[in-house]
Amino acid sequence: MSNRLIVSLSPHVHSGDSVQKNMYGVCLALVPALIASLYFFGLGAAVVLITSIVSCVMFEWLISKFILKREKLSILDGSAILTGLLLGFNLPSNLPIWIVVVGALVAIGIGKMTFGGLGQNPFNPALVGRVFLLISFPAQMTTWPVSGTVGYVDAQTGATPLSLMKWAIQSGDASVLNDMPSALSLAIGQHGGSLGEVSAILLLLGCLFMIWRKIITWHIPVSILGTVALLSGLLHYGVSDVYADPASVLCSGGLMLGACFMATDYVTSPMVAKGQIIYGVCIGLLTIIIRNWGSYPEGMSFAILIMNAFTPLINTYCKPRRFGEVIRKEAKK
Amino acid sequence: MKKLESTWYNMAIVLTVISVVAGAALAYVNEMTKGPIAEIQQRNEAQAIKAVLCDENAVVTDTIEGEAGVVVYLTDNGAAIKTVDPQNGSFSGGLTVMVGLNKEFQVLGYTVLVSNETPGLGAKASEWFQKGNKGDIIGKRAGQLATTKDNGDVDAITASTITSRSFLRAVNNAYAEYAKVITPGVAADVHTSATSQNH
Amino acid sequence: MNHLKVLWNGIIKENPTFVLLLGMCPTLGTTSSALNGMSMGLATMAVLIFSNLIISLIKNLVPDMVRIPAFIVVIASLVTILQMCIKAFAPEIDKSLGLFIPLIVVNCIILGRAEAFAAKNGPIASIFDGIGMGLGFTLGLTLLGAVRELLGTGKVFSLTLFPDNYGALVFVLAPGAFIALGYLIAIVNKLKK
Repeated sequence: MSNRLIVSLSPHVHSGDSVQKNMYGVCLALVPALIASLYFFGLGAAVVLITSIVSCVMFEWLISKFILKREKLSILDGSAILTGLLLGFNLPSNLPIWIVVVGALVAIGIGKMTFGGLGQNPFNPALVGRVFLLISFPAQMTTWPVSGTVGYVDAQTGATPLSLMKWAIQSGDASVLNDMPSALSLAIGQHGGSLGEVSAILLLLGCLFMIWRKIITWHIPVSILGTVALLSGLLHYGVSDVYADPASVLCSGGLMLGACFMATDYVTSPMVAKGQIIYGVCIGLLTIIIRNWGSYPEGMSFAILIMNAFTPLINTYCKPRRFGEVIRKEAKK
Repeated sequence: MKKLESTWYNMAIVLTVISVVAGAALAYVNEMTKGPIAEIQQRNEAQAIKAVLCDENAVVTDTIEGEAGVVVYLTDNGAAIKTVDPQNGSFSGGLTVMVGLNKEFQVLGYTVLVSNETPGLGAKASEWFQKGNKGDIIGKRAGQLATTKDNGDVDAITASTITSRSFLRAVNNAYAEYAKVITPGVAADVHTSATSQNH
Repeated sequence: MNHLKVLWNGIIKENPTFVLLLGMCPTLGTTSSALNGMSMGLATMAVLIFSNLIISLIKNLVPDMVRIPAFIVVIASLVTILQMCIKAFAPEIDKSLGLFIPLIVVNCIILGRAEAFAAKNGPIASIFDGIGMGLGFTLGLTLLGAVRELLGTGKVFSLTLFPDNYGALVFVLAPGAFIALGYLIAIVNKLKK
């Protein structure tokens, strides 16, 4: 962090909370999903994750030291490690190493340090990295190994549930969806995808852990997942069965990872509960729109980035309550 | 010279004069460039036809409009067919392809005229299926083309199976339309749906 | 006024792309390659020189209250003439830039310079301003185009520097234009300090 004093609204009660504590708490919450991805994707997952974390920390160090010439370095506050971990979770396990490094450079360099480092970035750095890679190297980024094929180079690849869903809508042929794995196996993790997309249940577990430890509140994940479930339910049962059923939609792709770990990033999400619910509902809505009718199969990352841009606006209208405000109103009565 | 005052009379006169002069200049340039522009447009179309037929001397003998925007340009040694995917099952927006077929329905060449596919994925269709590339369809017989995933012998574009299938359906559709033209009355035996066999 | 100073002003001190940030639509839209950027810059420069010249010649004949419509008619006619000439004599450029040529009409640089410079100065100085601003714009667009083409496809002016596979496609697309422009402005600002 910069050595300037950051003035936020009073009161300044200190409960032993710190950037480090929260960042490492999030990392801890990701451990179950991490173990699952290592189990399903094997060596490739380890290589991608380690490269991603190491290069994120390295770029943060290089940029703070040599370009911004800061004296107090911020590499150990855990935020670069978390960015690296989340970025790695958003990549397929057979991605060439140099692309992972480019992603880390973009995430830290463009997504974070350009705006002044932790706390100043308007967009979630890991997502900036992921979307940059997705648009830049679409073929490599959407060729997933089928989980269970352990190996780094010659992993078998296959269409993900998301491309099948999109195809069903485009061709108007609901039978395409028969090729999809069942919602249960999607939830456990037996399908192709990015590292962190495999196991919806374990991600949800991590999310509950974070809510329990009060690292995040329930508002954002619940409003995103609720909106997605509601809209996909309406489309599936109300409109046409070419739209996949809500359970599969919820368990597939980066939805769970995004809703629990990416959208809840402190810096880039609204401050108060009301704002967080508006933010979450809009992310859910955009995700459904992009997934069903956009030109990329996965809409989660785009949706979060778009709503990141709206966060300052939401914050303008949903301000944290000033200390003492309630008391004054009550006194008036 | 002093600046003209903004009276109604002055303003009307000045604007009229400027418009007339500008109009005259435009008319003159239009007259001058009309010929070359028309020539280029004609040449572009003729060139596209020649390119997909791989024949510099191809002459269009007849133009037949088929269903849903399909146009068959007949020549002595085959036809160039402007075609679309009849199922419109591409990833986004749809593909319009010009395909050259000889009389044995072998693909001589193709060019993608309109494409709204994702850059880096489906948009690769304009090179992927050309001669010498991975999904080479040149010289193959149109009508039954399918990707390897559908038990065909054409490699699909990496990570873009859906676009590849749509593209091949468009090529197969070209065959169907062309077959209708040269053997009227005979129902073309064609799999315009490369996917239907799978389900 | 010193003509060289006017020229210099357009290229460096008030560079339309990096300093004035005028005409962002063609800047972001047409710079997918160095050649496209340069063609767009030169096309704009041609219009700019002639519109500056004509407007500085007729500035006293045009009453103040109708100067904007009068200038727009002049600019629009020049752009249309240019468009027809490009279609007729440079069909290759028309293919890649065709959509953007008519947009030169609403490019704020043209009307901006007409208002800010040509309407107040003589024809010779106005021509120099047109050349300076045009060169500045061309320089900006070419640079941005070159950066995007290099990072996106590994080529500059279609000269391959590294294999296509290593190019980050995003730079050829719209988001890359914004990112590259942002960093170029940052670098220019840093250098000017």
